[in-house]
Amino acid sequence: CGELVCPEAASLLGLLHGKQWGRCLKVLVKVEEEKMHVSGGRKACVLFISRFLLFFSLQTFEKLLIANRGEIACRVIKTCKKMGIKTVAIHSDVDANAVHVKMADEAVCVGPAPTGKSYLNMDAIMEVIKKTRAQAVHPGYGFLSENKEFARRLASEGVTFIGPDTHAIQAMGDKIESKLLAKNAKVNTIPGFDGVVKDADEAVRIAREIGYPVMIKASAGGGGKGMRIAWDDEETREGFRFSSQEAASSFGDDRLLIEKFIDNPRHIEIQVLADKHGNALWLNERECSIQRRNQKVVEEAPSTFLDPETRRAMGEQAVALAKAVKYSSAGTVEFLVDSSKNFYFLEMNTRLQVEHPVTECITGLDLVQEMIRVAKGYPLRHKQADIPINGWAVECRVYAEDPYKSFGLPSIGKLSQYQEPLHVPSVRVDSGIQQGSDISIYYDPMISKLITYGSNRAEALKRMEEALDNYVIRGVAHNISLLREVIVHPRFVQGDISTKFLPEVYPDGFKGHKLTDLERRELLATAASLYVAEQLRSQRFLGTPRIPIAKSKRSSWELSVRLGDGNYPIAVSKDGSSFSPCLVSQQVEVDGMKLNVTSEWNLASPLLSVTVDGTQRTIQRLSRNASGDTRIQFLGTVYKLQILTKVAAELSKYMPEKAAEDTSSILRSPMPGAVVAVSVKPGDTVSEGQEICVIEAMKMQNSMIAAKTGKVKAVHCKAGDTVGEGDLLVELE
Amino acid sequence: MFLALTLLLPIPVSNRKKNKRILSEKSYGKLTARERILLLLDPDSFDEYDMFVEHRCSDFGMDSNKNKYPGDSVVTGRGRINGRLAYVFSQRNVLCSGVVPQISLIMGPCAGGAVYSPALTDFTFMVKDTSYLFITGPDVVKSVTNEDVTQEQLGGAKTHTAVSGVAHRAFENDIDALLNLREFFNYLPLSNRDPAPVCECHDPSDRLVPELDTVVPVESTKAYDMLDIIHSIADEREFFEIMPSYARNIVVGFARMNGRTVGIVGNQPKVASGCLDINSSVKGARFVRFCDAFNIPLITFVDVPGFLPGTAQEYGGIIRHGAKLLFAFAEATVPKITIITRKAYGGAYDVMSSKHLRGDANYAWPTAEVAVMGAKGAVQIIFRGKEANAEAEYVDKFANPFPAAMRGFVDDIIQPSTTRMRICHDLDVLASKTQSSPWKKHANIPL
Repeated sequence: CGELVCPEAASLLGLLHGKQWGRCLKVLVKVEEEKMHVSGGRKACVLFISRFLLFFSLQTFEKLLIANRGEIACRVIKTCKKMGIKTVAIHSDVDANAVHVKMADEAVCVGPAPTGKSYLNMDAIMEVIKKTRAQAVHPGYGFLSENKEFARRLASEGVTFIGPDTHAIQAMGDKIESKLLAKNAKVNTIPGFDGVVKDADEAVRIAREIGYPVMIKASAGGGGKGMRIAWDDEETREGFRFSSQEAASSFGDDRLLIEKFIDNPRHIEIQVLADKHGNALWLNERECSIQRRNQKVVEEAPSTFLDPETRRAMGEQAVALAKAVKYSSAGTVEFLVDSSKNFYFLEMNTRLQVEHPVTECITGLDLVQEMIRVAKGYPLRHKQADIPINGWAVECRVYAEDPYKSFGLPSIGKLSQYQEPLHVPSVRVDSGIQQGSDISIYYDPMISKLITYGSNRAEALKRMEEALDNYVIRGVAHNISLLREVIVHPRFVQGDISTKFLPEVYPDGFKGHKLTDLERRELLATAASLYVAEQLRSQRFLGTPRIPIAKSKRSSWELSVRLGDGNYPIAVSKDGSSFSPCLVSQQVEVDGMKLNVTSEWNLASPLLSVTVDGTQRTIQRLSRNASGDTRIQFLGTVYKLQILTKVAAELSKYMPEKAAEDTSSILRSPMPGAVVAVSVKPGDTVSEGQEICVIEAMKMQNSMIAAKTGKVKAVHCKAGDTVGEGDLLVELE
Repeated sequence: MFLALTLLLPIPVSNRKKNKRILSEKSYGKLTARERILLLLDPDSFDEYDMFVEHRCSDFGMDSNKNKYPGDSVVTGRGRINGRLAYVFSQRNVLCSGVVPQISLIMGPCAGGAVYSPALTDFTFMVKDTSYLFITGPDVVKSVTNEDVTQEQLGGAKTHTAVSGVAHRAFENDIDALLNLREFFNYLPLSNRDPAPVCECHDPSDRLVPELDTVVPVESTKAYDMLDIIHSIADEREFFEIMPSYARNIVVGFARMNGRTVGIVGNQPKVASGCLDINSSVKGARFVRFCDAFNIPLITFVDVPGFLPGTAQEYGGIIRHGAKLLFAFAEATVPKITIITRKAYGGAYDVMSSKHLRGDANYAWPTAEVAVMGAKGAVQIIFRGKEANAEAEYVDKFANPFPAAMRGFVDDIIQPSTTRMRICHDLDVLASKTQSSPWKKHANIPL
């Protein structure tokens, strides 16, 4: 039949039959070139067959194992499905019902919950690879992604590691070696001492040579451990001592290096993509300056700060470095950029980054697909000139954590309700959880990566605002309030950011959105209108009862709403005739000002759309109870209100004040986690500020200190215990 | 009479400002009777009775003018809650039991024979820190048994909601209690001749609940919270729990399904593995009988490993008390829908609204295990520990819902996420269910 329609198709089929792959490709290329001249049915036929062949010609692996969990495992599986690759998921026993397990074609349990026994358990993973005959392994990020031993073991079994080879992983994993390599490749590096610092005196000498301030850091370090900033000789000596101790205990390697400390820098990184044939590309930058405790929170691409020349210079240096280590696969070269656009090489991450989606949005590339192709040995499909910057993309990392405690302490629990804002246009959500999933203490508390895209930055940010307002997360604390504040902050909007953005903007810690007078009126009016809608509904019964129900003729309500320390009298009245059961339009009087509130109050929906004086907002009512306590998420922040009728509010003053628990004499766990150490016993006398115990949760150790001086009455925990948020740890007398 | 509410120890009716006694009450954080009625009933709906009755005590100078108040001691009358008729009384009648729902709200101390007033009603609610219920107060206790005990310890809200099971809920203060009572009232029919009320509902009846597919842990020994299941299937996640702090291994309370009030009974795997014991059986039985008396359909979630073994339970009469729950479910003629989420073992399976007790629709989730007992115990008894592979064989054979489904003990094995939809559909069909029992003066439940 092919012959009848078009000769090209017929010849293709013939070649295909004869398994002459190379010539097939040539014909295909010819067809692609001639595509413009082929017409109608012929074109469709050729296209169909060429697609079919393209699939074969680009075939990579039959089966791929993803040595990871959560959103990144799901992300990789999605691309594998697109490429027709079968997938194998691994999981720990608590993850048996996880989304990545359900998405994959096969799933195998590799051990119990702690990562050391499951996702880092190389023996078990190698066993699974053998059993499932997976031909390749994608490590995602974290876990085994930058583990050269894992890459080596895979290679010895003839399994392809989707990532660079062991040489590149090793070279870039060591801070001293990577810096030397970067220097040789003519990449700008931070002025500093390349070798190992022997003692404190030498440290001081080197520090003086470089010029203060300097940073002393562990060669093997990461995540801020073993890092000290010194502004003078004394601090250098001290920093040397502390850093070497910390480096020895954390990494078993006390080698230190000293370099110039770049004050108030931006963190900008270049995505590179290289193949095994010596080709390398830079896929533009990502701005990742919004961080807390050295962890990124908001990322975007491109950066507002870079001009085309700087971008090209950074890109070319990144590519030079990649070529110098014979890098293949996707990688990221991180730079610190100072206020005069001087940039310095920081480190290279030899894996797929968490924030890769923003690059994908502006370049149109699927990085996972490219990584898989490159690992199979295909040359890159693109040239540097083909890499565009289309529009703007912003990514927010949505974490299960309480942003009011040092910008985010982990929270755990079951996602009782979860709804991603996918109905908002140009939104991408990379997540590995669903309604009902557990956020446990064992793994990273990230819920998802929320990415919005727009033709320009303003549009992307506007969509992010909307997406954050439309994101339903219930059952665990989350950082939506912080994210929403950051993206509307004037400094962020202007692009005036640095890695110190959060501590500079919120020196006393994040306290949530500050309502303006207008916003407060809007919130109060919305809450009052919602209350009246609820009251009206509770008077509507279906069917005809034996005893007739007295119909309320009320058309106005006098309410009193408490918000924070203020009590606000509010009058709600029916606005004309539009008081149908569903559409509620009301006039609400707050502080003597009249507001018009219109909404279709669907009280069962987690998202409520309301229009106040022409401004449309999406709010969420998180909870309510019979005595008027209501929690409303408004502009990202959750506000506690108590809505009562005027009568009830007046009588409230006769209610007894319940004595609050004296919190200074008890110590409760601020977050769920494991008790690492308890340093007191009953009968001990502790002074204010003394460490009582240490709680570890999600990679972080937190020292719990006494709030006052006193005698220890009782200790309710011991080292090794698992504690929940709010659990009583220690009581003082 | 359609509904009797008790506001025990009401205080004088006149204006707060004019009365010394009112002021002293205020310092205890209590409202006057009139203020309570203002909060409880719809505005301007109260019609008062017997306003001019005075006390007739003449001893110890009680008949002097300063100790006389018109309308003293009680306020009674009729009013509306969300438009529906309610009577406010201080004395009710045993004959009304099962005719109209009766609720007592204890808002002050209540001692001696007076405590039987609330005890005879269907539900007793208390106000924390300001209300007490006891037969004899701490002074008498001290003189008779030499026990030192405070009012709060002896008969406070905490004691009665968590230890004795006399009261069904406790609230923070008068206002919280009255506003909650208004909300609770909306769940109840006005009498045994009225159907359970159907409210306007915005929550779609065919809503899928995906989280239920993963709520039961993979390891069958691991606990989960039955309240998670109840909240996620109920309209707007609202559940009015009855006796939340007493016998917590069983959960009972009211919710709505597609607007219609239902009574929910569920084993709570989080507490004592959800086993049935004396207290939980009695708690469940009383609730089931209330629902049956007032036409409220029953939805039962089963995850029960059995009755709690041991001498304490046997000596306490678990047979007699367990029989109450069995009796209550068996005699109930309201629509009965049962969902087996996990374990349904032995006699406890039978008791929990099984098909054998005239269940209308009995479903099992794929995680259900309907068997005489757990694999380990069964294998020990059958093989006396001689058979090594027997446990795996038993698990294979019985730790799934199929044997029960094949025998017709469950009507279907359903995808957990469709549970809400199934229940709503069934309730629609069962709304017209009538079932009559043979004539009797009354049944003889094993009390």
